[in-house]
Amino acid sequence: MKNSWEEARSWDELVERCTPLATDVTLPSVAAWKAANPQRKVVGCFPVYTPQELIAAAGALPVSLFGGRGQVEIDHADSRIQSFVCSIARSTLELGLAGQWKHVDGMVVPSICDVARNLLGVWQRNFPDRFTFYLHLPQNVSAVGVAYYRGELERLRQRLAELTGALASDKQLHDAIRLFNRNRALLGELYQRRALRPEQWPTAELYVFAGAGNVLPREDHNRLLEKALALGETRPRPKRDSVRVVVRGAFCEQPPLELLRVLEEAGCAVVDDDLQIGARFFLEPVAEDGDPLTALAEAYLQRTVLTPVNTPGQRSRNDGLLATVEATAAHGVIFASPKFCEPALYDSVLLKQALEKRGTPFTEFEYEEKMTVFESIRMQTETFVESILFFSEK
Amino acid sequence: MASSYQYQGVGRDRQKDLLAQWYGRLENAPRTGTPVAYLFISGNIGELLRSFGFELLFPEVNALQCGVKKVAGDFILKAEDLGYSSDVCGYVKNDIGLATSGNRGPFGALPKPDLLVCTYSGCNTYIKWFEALAELYGARVFMLDVPYRRTGGEQRQEDVEYVVKQLEQLAQVCAEMTGRPYDPDRLSRSLEYSRQAEELWVKILHSAKHRPSPFDAFFEAVFFMAPIYVLRGLPECVDYYRAAWEEIEERRVHHLGPVSEERFRVVLEGPPPWPHFRNFWELFKRWGVCCVASTYSKVGGIWDFGLRHDPARPLESLAEYAINCYTNWNWELRRQMLERYVADYQADALVIHSVKSCRSFSMGQADVREYFTKERSLPTLFVESDLADPRYFGEAQIRNRIDAFFEALEHRRLTAPRAGA
Repeated sequence: MKNSWEEARSWDELVERCTPLATDVTLPSVAAWKAANPQRKVVGCFPVYTPQELIAAAGALPVSLFGGRGQVEIDHADSRIQSFVCSIARSTLELGLAGQWKHVDGMVVPSICDVARNLLGVWQRNFPDRFTFYLHLPQNVSAVGVAYYRGELERLRQRLAELTGALASDKQLHDAIRLFNRNRALLGELYQRRALRPEQWPTAELYVFAGAGNVLPREDHNRLLEKALALGETRPRPKRDSVRVVVRGAFCEQPPLELLRVLEEAGCAVVDDDLQIGARFFLEPVAEDGDPLTALAEAYLQRTVLTPVNTPGQRSRNDGLLATVEATAAHGVIFASPKFCEPALYDSVLLKQALEKRGTPFTEFEYEEKMTVFESIRMQTETFVESILFFSEK
Repeated sequence: MASSYQYQGVGRDRQKDLLAQWYGRLENAPRTGTPVAYLFISGNIGELLRSFGFELLFPEVNALQCGVKKVAGDFILKAEDLGYSSDVCGYVKNDIGLATSGNRGPFGALPKPDLLVCTYSGCNTYIKWFEALAELYGARVFMLDVPYRRTGGEQRQEDVEYVVKQLEQLAQVCAEMTGRPYDPDRLSRSLEYSRQAEELWVKILHSAKHRPSPFDAFFEAVFFMAPIYVLRGLPECVDYYRAAWEEIEERRVHHLGPVSEERFRVVLEGPPPWPHFRNFWELFKRWGVCCVASTYSKVGGIWDFGLRHDPARPLESLAEYAINCYTNWNWELRRQMLERYVADYQADALVIHSVKSCRSFSMGQADVREYFTKERSLPTLFVESDLADPRYFGEAQIRNRIDAFFEALEHRRLTAPRAGA
């Protein structure tokens, strides 16, 4: 099982071997990493974005946690979190309470929304002995915000030292930044190739390559992505008569993989999405010299993608989406957001208005982790695709 | 209340007068050329804005007014027609519905904002709300980023300094917009009024420690607290709390209280269901329930543990205030607060009213119930509805739960001495 993806010789084989890495919520590869050297620490990161460079630099394994992905029955968590809260919060707590994440030593929760913030409090009461860190991601993008966030990162560095026993040096942080920059560049390359030839790079398959990075050490993930990029061109696929769509809303809780397949089967070619966006959060490489924490702070506040959970500052979220639609020559936008995700639901209203003004078609639906029937979404998407193919000027 | 008492009813009557005058000033603002700032109750740094001559408007207060006056339902539907989901905050939808329907509510006409100050203090929805208003009005937004109070230990100084620096940035924005320079003396004078009002308000809150309590710290507090949230820093706000305190004192002396016979003392966690406020209160009153402490009355500031605005440290104390509003506290602090209330006010039970609209308040409340029932053996009642959306209030179901709970409490009380004998 260990690193079996390295032995894959074809694209299909690589997809098959990466799928459990991207989707198995019991994190078997992480357990294996930990078993190989039980002294090493694993730090879970709640979406959307955590500066995992700090965790890697401290010698720990950062793991992006995406809840239960429909694989857990909500039993224990039901008595602690109400039913009108998104699935990911409930299943994250459930996985902890059910003892599925004993190999996860700590948890970092960034201040992305009210639910995430309060989830940490619930987590702390139920797991009082585990390492936790609440990361305040500033909403003030000025130099004052940068300085505060740099301090916040310094506090995370100090706390991680308590967990791992050694303080990450500036050199280790620079090395980690370089490693993660390489990772983002490779992911960027994968996404770029898909935008150019979406039929050649199916989204549901790209998703598992990107998703493997949630659990693998970045060095390994970089090699995996290099392999995927090499293999991707070896299997020619026929060009399809699809409409090019941008998918928005799936930045935190992830849709079932099946839903991504349904979109493509219904005639969509996804040319941009915000799935697992935390790994691709920076628009430019983080500075690899100077003070590493200031570099990460500036990158976060000034050069990130805009999601519903980070502040735009002087930038405009609407313009950001319109620019993506323009750059990818998308025919339409699909708003796919998790049930009860307030940030996504608020933003989609304004974004839809901006699209309406531009004359770009869109459709919208919600998903849940436990969703197993996709027929109505399939039908809705097919109708959307047909409306663009037959009635749009595009 | 009987007319032979000198002060009974003043808390409610004067509150209505003060709010009517304030809404009158808002309605006239466009005519008088007064700049208007919109901001939120939680972490509201209104004294600073008023020192530049801004009149203040609180969309949350408009939303609760619409809820109480039973017009929120239509505004919420209007916002849903515009694309807002049935699963997002009813306050936001009420406000969007109101703003796109001519901005006239039961309180009169509302002016447009010149400045939107997003006092992000324990609520992410605030950010989304003002982003939508900025789009709607084309008004400038100032984002006051207030870090979450995340440890049970001392107040973190770096958080205070961060907020102070942003208040300096805000002062600069206000100076640019109004042409008035920042006047720390004027701000300090205003903060002295704030401090005095806070002293009096805390005395009123503490009065509920008496048996029977002269004051319902939830159902009445929601009226009594309005001036300290919307008019804090003004002399009339201090006058109001002096009069309100006289009313409470008179009640204590004459053994008057919110219920004719106090049978149960409870701590209440969560906001009220505004569109069904009276009905909800009645469901408790009929059991002789008095809320002796509540968390909702601390959303706009927690003063009962000693925090005050300080004229000698104007910006620092504004920052400390903004950080220490109820939903900006983490669950450890919130649980400690509830425990302290239960002990200090000798409560028989905890009542949690969980609202769908406000996940900042409600996410985690079920875990609190788990904690108090299992680890503290405190009877805890958990009911769900909404603070703004009238559609979520199932009266029959809520009545059943309340009746069953207090019936059980009464039974326990009757049988407990025999069991112990």
